[in-house]
Amino acid sequence: MSAIKYSEQLTTVDTAKDLGLLPEEFEKIKTILGRVPNFTELSIYSVMWSEHCSYKNSIVWLKTLPKDGPHMLAKAGEENAGLVDIGDGLACAFKIESHNHPSALEPYQGAATGVGGINRDIFTMGARPIAQLNSLRFGDLNSEKTKWLLKGVVKGIGDYGNAFGIPTVGGEVFFDECYNVNPLVNAMSVGIVRKGETVSATSYGEGNPVFIVGSSTGKDGIAGAAFASKDITEESSKDLPAVQVGDPFQEKLLLEATLEVIKTDAVIGMQDMGAAGITCSTSEMSAKGEHGMEIWLDKVPTRQAGMHPFEILLSESQERMLIVVKKGREEEVKRVFDKWDLNCSQIGVVTKGDRLKYYMHGEMVADVPAPTLVLGGDAPVYHREYKEPAYFAESKKFNIDAVKEPADYKAVMTHLASHPNLASKRWIYNQYDSMVGTINMSTNTPSDAAIVNLKGSKKALAMTVDCNSRYVNADPETGCAIAVSEAARNIVCSGGEPSAVTNCLNFGNPYNPEVYWQFVGSIKGMSAACKKFETPVTGGNVSFYNQSSYEGPVFPTPTIGMIGLVQDKAHQTSLNFKQEGDLVYLIGQSRNDISSSEYVYSFHKIKNTPAPYFNLDEEYNVQAAVKSIIKSGLIQSAHDVSDGGLFMTLLESGLTNGLGVDVASNKAIRKDAFLFGEAQSRVVVSIKPANEAALTDALKKAGVSFEKLGTVKGKNIVIDGENYGAVADYANAYNTSIESKLN
Amino acid sequence: MKFGVVVFPGSNCDEDMVYVLRDIMKQETVKLWHKNTDLEGCTHIVLPGGFSYGDYLRSGAIARFSPIMEQVIKHAENGGFVFGVCNGFQILCESGLLPGALLHNNSRKFICKNVYIKAQNHQTVLTASVPDKALKIPIAHGEGKYYADAETIAALNKNGQVIFRYCDANGQITDEANPNGAIENIAGICNAGKNVFGMMPHPERAADPNLGNEDGRFLFESILKASLVGA
Repeated sequence: MSAIKYSEQLTTVDTAKDLGLLPEEFEKIKTILGRVPNFTELSIYSVMWSEHCSYKNSIVWLKTLPKDGPHMLAKAGEENAGLVDIGDGLACAFKIESHNHPSALEPYQGAATGVGGINRDIFTMGARPIAQLNSLRFGDLNSEKTKWLLKGVVKGIGDYGNAFGIPTVGGEVFFDECYNVNPLVNAMSVGIVRKGETVSATSYGEGNPVFIVGSSTGKDGIAGAAFASKDITEESSKDLPAVQVGDPFQEKLLLEATLEVIKTDAVIGMQDMGAAGITCSTSEMSAKGEHGMEIWLDKVPTRQAGMHPFEILLSESQERMLIVVKKGREEEVKRVFDKWDLNCSQIGVVTKGDRLKYYMHGEMVADVPAPTLVLGGDAPVYHREYKEPAYFAESKKFNIDAVKEPADYKAVMTHLASHPNLASKRWIYNQYDSMVGTINMSTNTPSDAAIVNLKGSKKALAMTVDCNSRYVNADPETGCAIAVSEAARNIVCSGGEPSAVTNCLNFGNPYNPEVYWQFVGSIKGMSAACKKFETPVTGGNVSFYNQSSYEGPVFPTPTIGMIGLVQDKAHQTSLNFKQEGDLVYLIGQSRNDISSSEYVYSFHKIKNTPAPYFNLDEEYNVQAAVKSIIKSGLIQSAHDVSDGGLFMTLLESGLTNGLGVDVASNKAIRKDAFLFGEAQSRVVVSIKPANEAALTDALKKAGVSFEKLGTVKGKNIVIDGENYGAVADYANAYNTSIESKLN
Repeated sequence: MKFGVVVFPGSNCDEDMVYVLRDIMKQETVKLWHKNTDLEGCTHIVLPGGFSYGDYLRSGAIARFSPIMEQVIKHAENGGFVFGVCNGFQILCESGLLPGALLHNNSRKFICKNVYIKAQNHQTVLTASVPDKALKIPIAHGEGKYYADAETIAALNKNGQVIFRYCDANGQITDEANPNGAIENIAGICNAGKNVFGMMPHPERAADPNLGNEDGRFLFESILKASLVGA
């Protein structure tokens, strides 16, 4: 290869196809450049125009999501993460991102670098990460492959996040055979920054030096973004070099050094290196700042000799940042990185115009206009066709009358309490440091959403990740609206007010019209719910191609990450029953509905049913009522009815203190629907008897349905006078179900 | 009285320790960078938790060579107060200020959860104000299984150097209550001079009323009280 010059390695449409570009995209590149691109240039376009970086198949629909809210400081796509004003001069930066494909191949490193990447997105803005969450989907837990993936992913998240030193405060884990080949690993990070002290991912000022800081550049993760933009096949293991390797120790040093260098005020702009490495950071920063750059690739510190220009440009080596510094202030910046024993090398300079010129030992190896590479510039935008799949109409035919009521209710209860989707995830979360930072207010006071202390303030943050992908598969529009609503409900039940959303849209191949139909429906449902709750979508990411060529797409999984504000820590509300004698009320309406419940799906094994009952206005009213009774100090606990139905809600409320309940079912509906149905917009609260009149008055005034269920009593679950067993016995099944399969 | 919290590259509980000492216990507290060669007049040195040097090679194995450790060792040898929590405990064992070693948990997994511990000797600077009951204090470690040879353990027991043992919520020291396989449920020890302390559980994570558990405050109150009476 060294025989000819890099700039003379010309390409053909076949080279373009090998790099994952379409023939028409190759033509477009030739038009932009006015000539045939060389191999390095074509490599640059191939990653920047990959699905992962360009959002070319999703952007048309993403633009329809609500982006404005009363507290937005940075809108979606403007910065590396969304930025919300939380008062007291503070802003909250938060984002969720997927690392599905790397985790499918190499679960430990795939998940670890997912955690690293999302945290860099936060601190590159100048915000200090304070909390992490994750949302995981795996296949059948009885399969050896799933166990291997789960153990690797959990250890990867733990080892990276624990050493990095940011607590993992929440998450969700769901198992279904549709994820057997392609697990989903979504990581979210939340950070805090003083307003006005944020740093932008921009570059301007002719002559300003460009630095690369942090780890050296190696051959790991080359073209990772392109790898993430295709289906998983038997050939995928050959893409193993596309998986990056993480070093949380370097990340911790990079975090401290980065926040310290921002304080010098010598920084113009900064961007972390994630997907597409130096290529992406140089082009996005330049396009945003409307300048060009000259980059000397031979000045980049590398882990090995003899790396080609395209390898240096495309490497996704972790723990690196690109920083544009005010000319003359270089020494101040170097001093900080020196203190933390990190690389800090000038690799280029900001230029006038919009050209990115990359050099290798004096030879110009690529010359491309920055705006032509990026989203919002000349990156392709496609309208994809979509078509309703046959299963959708089929599911509507489901009728609850065709399902026999169970003869043995206790068998159903044991099945649910020990089902991996509903059972305790402690085997997983005990491997994550959830308490470092001394801000996790939910450790000793469990609640539906995680509550994170804002030290020195009256306020706290609430955060959660939610998506029941079975609902979304059943009905994308309703299912995704439910995902948003459940996230909001969790925040409200914990004493918070929903503020904003970040999303991680995990779908199959967008060129499959039925998959794209799921995507479009999800966006519509998300839009409707986000508008209703005034929670704008601040950003996130899209992960297509989550499917294997032989098992089809995963359930559509638009994971919702939501943050909210607890205005007064005194409003923090826990989910557990406090003492015997308290009254238990259901806010919302019991319904004769078992659609898409864990009960109908895994106990009756009826796989194709509609989404559970849902009405957005009803949901909104229930949440408003819960908010008001929490503020009035009327309730002892609040826990929403979600996966597993009312029975699981009552059981979980009793687990912490080993308290039982004595409740009466609603005779107007089937008992299995009453106990196990997952109709939405329901919340269980417990109150002191003295507050009963005040509670019912408040609920009547709010105009919501409610019913008295019974009392907190004894150690057993008693329904309609029948004893279904001790909470402690269910607790044992609930706590040990997952670990018994893994240890 | 002046507290110095040593910051190694990779320390991540330094801020939490400073928060408790400065903001909750209202003590003069500074951070001491590991490249420092003096203790800035600190009377009380704390080595916080974290992953110093990424815990590469072995937890605490590299940090003990940091320049500041020479001064910390001198301070300890002069009878000064030194307290290591989690990774800080590991560093103290690696540097020879405390006997024994911390091995991988029996489960071979990182464990983060609330556990209970009980003070075994109430006559020390760290435990004088600790009540005679189970304290709920969280752990967060992968290498926390205390180990020493039989002779060392016998000497620790005899000299009252075992400070804390893992127990259940009722204060019973049982195998089930031992989260990591530590020998004789040992959660924390001190040196023969009773001025150098190390423990795996994190008392600084149980000291803020906002977090719903203040059992860790007893340890900090002990330190302050002992210092006030000139101990």
